[in-house]
Amino acid sequence: MIAFVVRRLLQSILVLLAVGFIAFSLFTYVGDPINNMVGQDTTLEQRAELRQRLGLDDPFIVQYGRFLANAAQGDFGISYRHRRPVAQLIAERVPATLELSFVAAALALFIGVPMGVYTGLNRRGFLSQVFLTLSLVGISLPTFLIGILLILVFGVLSQDINAALGFTLVPQLPTFGRGDTVQLGWWSTGFLTESGLLALILPSITLALFQMTLIMRLVRSEMLEVLRTDYIKFARARGLSNRAVNFGHALKNTLVPVITITGLQLGSIIAFALITEQVFQWPGMGLLFIQAISEVDIPVMAAYLMLVGFFFVVINLIVDLLYYVVDPRLRADKAVAAGHQ
Amino acid sequence: MGALRGRTARGRTVRRGVLAAMAAAGIVAGGSGAGAETFKWAFQGDIQTLDPHGLFETFTLGFQANFYEGLVTRTPDLKLQPALATSWENVEPTVWRFTLRQGVTFHNGNAFNADDVVFSVARIRTEGSDMKVIANLIKEAVKVDDYTVDLVTPQPDPILPLQLEIFMIMDREWSEEHGTTEATNIRGDDQGNYANLHENGTGPYMVKERQPDVRTVLVPNPDWWGDNKSNVTEGIFTPIGQDATRVAALISGDVDMAHPIPVQDWQRLEAADGVSPLTGPEARTIFLGFDQERDELLYSSVKGKNPFKDQRVRQAFFQAIDIEAINARIMRGAATPTNLMFGPQTNGFNAALNERLPYDVERAKGLLAEAGYADGFSVTMDCPSDRYVNDERICQAVASMLARIGVKVDLLAQIKSKYFAKVLAQNGYDTSFYLLGWTPSTFDAHNAISSVMACRDGGKGSFNLGGYCNQRVSGLTDLIQVETDPEKRQALIDEANRIHAEEVGHIPLHQQPLSWGVSDKVSVAQRADDVFHLQYVTVK
Repeated sequence: MIAFVVRRLLQSILVLLAVGFIAFSLFTYVGDPINNMVGQDTTLEQRAELRQRLGLDDPFIVQYGRFLANAAQGDFGISYRHRRPVAQLIAERVPATLELSFVAAALALFIGVPMGVYTGLNRRGFLSQVFLTLSLVGISLPTFLIGILLILVFGVLSQDINAALGFTLVPQLPTFGRGDTVQLGWWSTGFLTESGLLALILPSITLALFQMTLIMRLVRSEMLEVLRTDYIKFARARGLSNRAVNFGHALKNTLVPVITITGLQLGSIIAFALITEQVFQWPGMGLLFIQAISEVDIPVMAAYLMLVGFFFVVINLIVDLLYYVVDPRLRADKAVAAGHQ
Repeated sequence: MGALRGRTARGRTVRRGVLAAMAAAGIVAGGSGAGAETFKWAFQGDIQTLDPHGLFETFTLGFQANFYEGLVTRTPDLKLQPALATSWENVEPTVWRFTLRQGVTFHNGNAFNADDVVFSVARIRTEGSDMKVIANLIKEAVKVDDYTVDLVTPQPDPILPLQLEIFMIMDREWSEEHGTTEATNIRGDDQGNYANLHENGTGPYMVKERQPDVRTVLVPNPDWWGDNKSNVTEGIFTPIGQDATRVAALISGDVDMAHPIPVQDWQRLEAADGVSPLTGPEARTIFLGFDQERDELLYSSVKGKNPFKDQRVRQAFFQAIDIEAINARIMRGAATPTNLMFGPQTNGFNAALNERLPYDVERAKGLLAEAGYADGFSVTMDCPSDRYVNDERICQAVASMLARIGVKVDLLAQIKSKYFAKVLAQNGYDTSFYLLGWTPSTFDAHNAISSVMACRDGGKGSFNLGGYCNQRVSGLTDLIQVETDPEKRQALIDEANRIHAEEVGHIPLHQQPLSWGVSDKVSVAQRADDVFHLQYVTVK
């Protein structure tokens, strides 16, 4: 077990090195940062001197080496745009992204799984058909479009709709930013204020919708599969309650693939939160990264890509470990295998 | 970091406390019956630093002018007026004497005097400063007495005061106390440069809270020397990058003012209740340029010679462009077609010279044929796609108009980071035909003529990307720089413009429109350089 974790951690270092290598080889093509860092009246010599000072004339492999050497000492450089240490910037932005991602993931799980179970059990139910049709929307619409539609309905049209009806049908919700935050040590949280919670609603729904429908469809098809198996029939024959059969036996056996997908999706929720963050001006890492791209802020881009790579690696590791918890067969196999040796 | 981060849960009470304190002191602006007036506004990006010497960029400097001040300032219609200096005169050709305002204090309570001016001049010379352009205008700052400073220029400089609005004065004592006597440096060996995240100016507002890229809160400076007519007691600025989100925030009333608003969204604002677009000509001129330097174009079907060296070809391009159609279809009639490389806001503009050559396809075809290109040729056009108002669509229109005279334009439209990396000096002016915009940062003709129209000689012509070169224009540039007699100076400027227009050095297109969206609940003043000052806001 420990050997497994150590091996995975070593692999993750290789993955991160590769991510960094690819990232730096691409930075050659993203444009010139200097023009964004100085005003139009800055002379050519001053621009050349700045480029020299920042080491932008060096081949990418040299720049990458320098980045690695500094990163190994915990120094991720200074943002060209903010003129502040990148590590500090990212530490400020991480809470916003993680809170949004976890709310979105929780929404996806706690709505997606029950919906999946329901549609699995009531295959021909009217409500199931409605859920499945709606899930097509979630799967097929791109995230930014969902976000802009929500802004349109809950930010712009809500006033007109409510005015026309004479009562509040559509609540007016915040369409940008994070609302008020509370500082807990270095972590800033939006969970403790009303405006912070309201501000979470639209972006988290936007971010969760795709995952929710994915999980629902996955749970549904797994349930259909499992419900046909013999042990479910035996369980029913034993006279167990529906509840015990459906949740104790059937759902539990669908969970391995669900955990895999959810885990991987959590990684992509964090990584792809950037689209949602951009639409809602959510001050997280993704927004920082998008701005870094348009301003060619290489230190921020490099650190963000490495960090997201790191998240993926860690989440994968956790997913692997969770299998042991959920699936007793994995533990048993291991014990048996060990016994034979 | 702690002090800056996050509006805490106590934020509201703190704010109420501040307002209460200000109300108690009887300084809630706006006089009769005005209570707390909060004004919220949004722009597409955030300022990059609070350090007034860190970045020479219009939006950053314009925002900083809410809390920092220079020796001079400008009214909303860009007229020069006194600020930290009450008067100035050219005592010798190379010496400008500024009389400083007495009784001014910085936000921390320190008194303002000549030492601060001398210190600030030294600070803009330091390594990280992006105000070296201003520093180069000043050879030496000499304190005459506590409230008189001489700025010595390297050569006679008739327009020095015009160029000083954006040179902000910092407090020497405060800078020394916090170890920020050098401008914030991008190289980064001065991590956490104090002035990057804190301000201590003399201006009408103070920064109460700053979360980069999230929000910046300004409150009135109760001790400001001037008469602040605004009734705003709290200004909250939020950057919103997405156009759609910014427009939605304005329509839903989450912000009272937003800029820029995409031209195509004006109708939506007009249709919506309680908001309307506010537009006017910007001081930025959009123009096309040709590579006239190389003997063979880098990107063209013509080999062995450069068609753009032939004035007839340049004129054919000019007359093939239907500027009224571009204005009507792409700019919704809000642009101001022009024949000069700088607009009427700029000192030296002469409306008599602003007559464009007529749009005439037949004449253009004739000129091309005369020049030996009856069958036309192909050329690649470089165009930014996210820098100017509808830049890419203008380029597409130009391409289709040139197709009518047989010139095939391959359009290469890129985001600004990539566009500028390709066409600017550091990449050897790698372009054959391009679109660019220019706002003279000094609002004086010399800046535009020197940067865009003069021959490239290392100093001048650095944004003359096509290398248009007429020695007389270059010579005139030097004369304009030192001529102190306004009439003679105007004659020199006119001559340079006349030569440039006759030779079709560039094709000026238009001044692009400013595009703001404003709630009916507030009134604001729009400056032609897109700068927004809180002191001209009134909440109704």
